[in-house]
Amino acid sequence: MNLLEIQDLKVHFPVAQRLFGRTKEFVRAVDGVSFTIAPGETVGLVGESGCGKTTLGRAAIKLVEPTSGRIMFEGEDIAALSGKELRARRRRFQMIFQDPFGSLDPRRTVSEIIGEALDIHGLAPDASARRQRIDALLKDVGLDPSHASRLPHEFSGGQRQRIGIARAVAVEPKLIVCDEPVSALDVSVQAQIINLLQDLQREHGIAYLFVAHDLAVVKHISRRILVMYLGRIVESGEAKEVCRAPKHPYTQALLSAVPVVDPDSKRQRILLAGDVPSPIHPPGGCPFHPRCPVAEARCKTEVPPLRELGSGHWAACHLAT
Amino acid sequence: MPLLEIKNLQVEFGSGAHAARAVDGVSLSLEAGKTLCLVGESGSGKSVTALSIAKLVPSPPARYVGGEILIEGRDVLKMSSRELRDIRGGLVSYVFQEPGASLNPVFRIGAQIKESLKYHRPAAANDTEVIRLLKLVGIPAPESRLRNYPHELSGGMQQRVMIAMALASQPKLLVADEPTTALDVTIQAQIIELLGDLRKQLGMAVLLITHNLGIVGDLADDVAVMYAGQIVEHGPVREVLQRPLHPYTQALIQSVPDLEAEVERLTAIPGTVPLLGSFPGGCRFHPRCPKAQASCSTQAPELASVKAGRRVRCPLWDSLLEPQTVSHRA
Amino acid sequence: MLLRLGNRLFWSAVTLLGTAVLTFLLVNAVPGDVARVIAGPKASPEVIKAIHTKFHLDEPIWKRLGYHLNNLAHGDLGQSYVTEQPVAEAILTRLPTTAALSTLAIILWMFLAVPLGVLTAKYSGSWFDRFVLVMATLSLSLPAFWLARMLQYWLSYKMGWFPVAGFRGFSHLLLPAGTLALLFVGYYARLIHSNMTEVLNSPYVRAARAKGAPETVVLFRHGLRNAMIPVVTILAMDVAGLLGGVMFTENVFALPGIGTLAVQSVFNLDVPVIMGTVMFSAVLVVAANLMVDVLYQWIDPRIKSAA
Repeated sequence: MNLLEIQDLKVHFPVAQRLFGRTKEFVRAVDGVSFTIAPGETVGLVGESGCGKTTLGRAAIKLVEPTSGRIMFEGEDIAALSGKELRARRRRFQMIFQDPFGSLDPRRTVSEIIGEALDIHGLAPDASARRQRIDALLKDVGLDPSHASRLPHEFSGGQRQRIGIARAVAVEPKLIVCDEPVSALDVSVQAQIINLLQDLQREHGIAYLFVAHDLAVVKHISRRILVMYLGRIVESGEAKEVCRAPKHPYTQALLSAVPVVDPDSKRQRILLAGDVPSPIHPPGGCPFHPRCPVAEARCKTEVPPLRELGSGHWAACHLAT
Repeated sequence: MPLLEIKNLQVEFGSGAHAARAVDGVSLSLEAGKTLCLVGESGSGKSVTALSIAKLVPSPPARYVGGEILIEGRDVLKMSSRELRDIRGGLVSYVFQEPGASLNPVFRIGAQIKESLKYHRPAAANDTEVIRLLKLVGIPAPESRLRNYPHELSGGMQQRVMIAMALASQPKLLVADEPTTALDVTIQAQIIELLGDLRKQLGMAVLLITHNLGIVGDLADDVAVMYAGQIVEHGPVREVLQRPLHPYTQALIQSVPDLEAEVERLTAIPGTVPLLGSFPGGCRFHPRCPKAQASCSTQAPELASVKAGRRVRCPLWDSLLEPQTVSHRA
Repeated sequence: MLLRLGNRLFWSAVTLLGTAVLTFLLVNAVPGDVARVIAGPKASPEVIKAIHTKFHLDEPIWKRLGYHLNNLAHGDLGQSYVTEQPVAEAILTRLPTTAALSTLAIILWMFLAVPLGVLTAKYSGSWFDRFVLVMATLSLSLPAFWLARMLQYWLSYKMGWFPVAGFRGFSHLLLPAGTLALLFVGYYARLIHSNMTEVLNSPYVRAARAKGAPETVVLFRHGLRNAMIPVVTILAMDVAGLLGGVMFTENVFALPGIGTLAVQSVFNLDVPVIMGTVMFSAVLVVAANLMVDVLYQWIDPRIKSAA
């Protein structure tokens, strides 16, 4: 059974709330997305800013209220849950944020931050067990347990991200949504955090939904990849396969734009024209057609469905084969 | 005579016992029309070095303790404020990391570009020239953009406006401080392409500051890698990226995940980037260096010329170099 | 844009209605027979009765509130119990004095506060900055009536530089306006200082320097324009507050402004004038709010598209 199964999820935010008149406009941040995550698996979610990947990541664990669709977590639809019922299940899905500083209370010590997570879910029967658990968690994420009484600002960016990871792992979740967990970190520290996430996955069997804009990082850590554009999945499949033989022109352009260290790289860069359009008034037909280098007449009118083009490799493009 | 020559630059923040040297003995030179990339992580001093070229680091808190910055042979650090104003946005123009925050939110973009023209080419301070500049940086329908405010443009367009503003004076040196860091990859690719075209078309020198090794190869002739306020390696781009000599450069290149490689585990650099004011003694990289030896913690290595055009701040570079292990990963 | 304005106007009306009801109820909660105040302590019961009938004083309070609101809706603020002058007229004849005093004070303090704020931000931490900080704190903590009396005693009475009191021309405004300016300048200098400090650290100020802009242009064109955005709101509220009556200063210097009118009306229990001056202040505050809203469209271009 899948750990998480998202079915036709939509998240629409109203814009321009008006006093008179009823014509409301919506940002279609997530517009009909379906995917699954197996236990212990990492699924990568890539796309540019404004594509809805952060909203999707948050909606998947009900940090954002979905407009419609189902979120089956361990066979139970959590989209319909709220209040106490939802809180009880929160232990099984956690989140790690991009900004390791903004997501940690600056006035609380590391042991208080991690201890709170334990207390909320009643995971520490007494003070000494709590203490031991916190020490073990800090050791697990590569921090010195003797630093437990320090405040977040006394740590470097990478160490703060480790604190955030310890807090998430503390409650023994089945799924962690990682929202751009390394993009605010120095290059030399990024690799440490990615390795740490992989180690924790191996030890505890945690599944990740890894949201990021850096395809190289996503490809490295994920088994499968979802490529998102203007609120929809435009391509999905095995990470290696999507990167080796991308089907959708957007994925091809994204891959070609990934910076490469070697100056002699033979890769041809596909330059996309213009910017990502507004998700309030997305283009008709294929949402990518105004920037697509190979768009045809029908791309302007017909919305391309996601089609399976190889085993488990899906793309939403009329021209993809 | 090189267009830009930095000699033993030393910049400190704070004073007395709290003084911390953000830039410690940086020497660089850049010929007209060439592109030099300054690569480093946070706290490496790369941005302070770049801003110093037009003496743009606010002082206080910064203090220029030593060294020279020669532009066409004249020392910027000794210039009067009148002379500095001619250099700033004149001979040397800047493009910054966050285009949205670097454009003044309350003025129209046409007016902001015209302001640059007014200071450096007053005869051309008119709409026609502004439109020509906007066209040059690839802004569609530039006539209709003159009266836009910065927030009405996308990040990529804002950065193009910043570049147009920088080009207004026909500078000989364009300093681009992390110009693509705040942008999406597809937009980043557009801006890199644009900078490359403009450099060729206008024949200006470019100093590109970045932490992203992946954009270095696209633009640079030479690369200087900085760590903890010092240059640790310097040389032609191909050689540095394909045959790095300093253990830090090697580790940095290897810690960038690669699309084409299949690795189980990324090669991480242990420890954290040292903070300004608490740089380690001896070689500043030694606590994180996989190849460190006992002497590294006590003896501060010099930046030595090791072969034609290459400088390395590691006395062990020769003995450590094993071509098969540091060969570039494509 | 129009919708937004309509929305604002609607809520402004609600605010004013609330103010009217509240002041009416509060004023009527004050003990003391208004008829006695009007007719004097020796008035006969017949006179008192006549007054009660004339001003509906015997009727239930909700009915009187109804009359009051109805009059207000027709722009009728009633007339003074004491002088029998229409309240609107009383306010309007005194408005020019208060307006002249306020305008002069604002000009004085802004002329001081803007350069002080900008320069202390530019030379933050210098002895000059610290000196201004001490003076600003002093200005902030001075009680208005004390400062007014001190200046009046020393500069007018002892030194004879200014007229002591009364209002017979511009020179009579100088010391009162100076007093007000002293009371406000510290606050504004610090307010501009803190906004300016933030603005001076912003990337666009660095970019302006990188363009080669002269420092005065960097400070006063690129910097001040942005630093003033939050100041405008507070200034508009203070303008409204001052025009609504400068209580202490006007009274100390015996200026025939709205502040003196308001204070007299309280001592006289002159209910229509009390309510009139309060309503007038409320209208000013509401109008200032609306004005700030419209002004913002012009000062901060980002507002327009966010709406």
